[in-house]
Amino acid sequence: MSAGMLPVLAVMLPVLGMVLALPLGARGAERLTLALAPLGLAVAVAIAVVVYGGSAPIRHELGHWAPPLGLAFRVDGLSAAMMVTAAVVIGATALFARGQFGTAAGEAETRRAFAFWPLLLAIWGATNLALAANDLFTFYVALELLTFAAMPMVALDGKRETLEAALRYLMFALLGSVLYLLGVALMYGAAGTLDVVVLASRAGGTYPVLLAAALMTAGLLAKTALLPLHLWLPPAHAGAPAAASAVLSALVVKGSFVILLRLWFGVLPGIPGPMAAQILAGLGAAAILLGSVAALAQERLKLLVAYSTVAQIGYLFLMFPLIASMPGTETAAKAWTGGVVQAVAHAFAKAAMFLTVGLMAARLGHDRIRDIAGAGRALPVPMITFGLAGLTLMGVPPSGGFAAKWLLLAAAIEAGQWWWALVILCGGLLTGGYVYRVLSVGLRAGEATAPTRSADGQGIALVLAIVSVLLGFLPLGAFGLVQIGRLDLGP
Amino acid sequence: MSATIFGLLGAALVGIGLFGLLVRRDALLRILAFNLLGGGVFLVFGAVARRGAGAGLPADPVPQAIILTGIVVAFAATTLAVALVLRLAAAKDRG
Repeated sequence: MSAGMLPVLAVMLPVLGMVLALPLGARGAERLTLALAPLGLAVAVAIAVVVYGGSAPIRHELGHWAPPLGLAFRVDGLSAAMMVTAAVVIGATALFARGQFGTAAGEAETRRAFAFWPLLLAIWGATNLALAANDLFTFYVALELLTFAAMPMVALDGKRETLEAALRYLMFALLGSVLYLLGVALMYGAAGTLDVVVLASRAGGTYPVLLAAALMTAGLLAKTALLPLHLWLPPAHAGAPAAASAVLSALVVKGSFVILLRLWFGVLPGIPGPMAAQILAGLGAAAILLGSVAALAQERLKLLVAYSTVAQIGYLFLMFPLIASMPGTETAAKAWTGGVVQAVAHAFAKAAMFLTVGLMAARLGHDRIRDIAGAGRALPVPMITFGLAGLTLMGVPPSGGFAAKWLLLAAAIEAGQWWWALVILCGGLLTGGYVYRVLSVGLRAGEATAPTRSADGQGIALVLAIVSVLLGFLPLGAFGLVQIGRLDLGP
Repeated sequence: MSATIFGLLGAALVGIGLFGLLVRRDALLRILAFNLLGGGVFLVFGAVARRGAGAGLPADPVPQAIILTGIVVAFAATTLAVALVLRLAAAKDRG
């Protein structure tokens, strides 16, 4: 088997699992997911090794039809890093979810459990498809698959509030995908192809291309939940069951973000002007500041974590003006690495945080921040997990978040755009504020006790949090992986 | 000529659908508006196919294949949304 088949395998494994899971029922689907998780992780690691070893992206032409007629998969360093992240987060979530959605021997299968496992596999497959695809229409298919798999996850509880949150999420997502599709239509009309690499040489800065880029960007921002379009995220991510929130916050919003990176730096290098990139980062800065302030003001733990996602998504957009204003330089490389490491570190930290917050809510019986005094004694491991994940979100050294924010900060100063550096520093302080608020109450002496259930799953959340911190100990050379095959440096 | 008319009609549908999706509060109306919007996009894409036709073909086949996929996706999205609205209505009835 050639290395070209690896991306196909990464996409097909979860999709096949999802199809097989339907006739197997809840218990079989659970076993199948847990069996596929290590296999998928092995495939993702193999992809990363091949990409890093060969210092070149893996290309595979489906059915041996070459673009522009056929479809190609192209896995570069960015995709490889995100695929490994996705495999680890999905695997950890699956192990954790056995507590909530597992079906013990002799127990009757529930509808919730039957829905959860295939949806988890669907999200995994759709994420890998978004990462491996190399043409605008396959991106659209991946986006829709992500939405259709993520939306029911939100509504798994079937309570009225979660149904409303799911409907609002679906409306935002559908608006986003239809705007994206209109952009694809205009782009095809202007350039006559949808392959990202071919488009890069054909699409000029004409009005149809600019309009298409604007429509696609707006659509993708709605799916990524950047600030003015973030309204759906907090109720949806806070209302979902813990295991679902972890995957939604860690992976689903990153899928559309990676597609946006491909659009801006792959299809249209240099075509959206520096001003457009400044606007995008301005929205990101507003998301960091307003999202963090909103997180500070929350009464409930899960909503606090959800608003923290809104803020952390903002950091991802700071890389755009830094790359656009200094294309091809060392500074652009730093900004690129910083942005991607932020996406990876946030995925681990936020998955850990949502899992641990869900665990605390389940064991304390509530998630009101005021009343968690005493949790430090009753639930020591979840409190440590929350603190460690918080370190990464704040960007305290040594952690993955520190590496990401430090690279972005350095790039901002090198590019002479000091205002983004200020935003990063203020965002770190505000993040520290809301993490401290939870820890200060939780570590106080108080009545909070954990009467219910065993400690299932707290170790898994702790491992994810430790991984998010350990990313900061990686030698800087290892981050070279995400530079491989950067589209703005030529195919 | 006809491609231009279809394109303009598609653009008008996109406008109506977008307006409905953004302004209406009722979930069912918004789902219908989404379908209008989608129909407009498919019509625009069809006009693109007609204009891009070469070598004596009546139309470029690639956009047509994409439109078909798009229609299936839009249909699936609509059923999903309607199912959700029904569940929500049932939950409201229960209290």
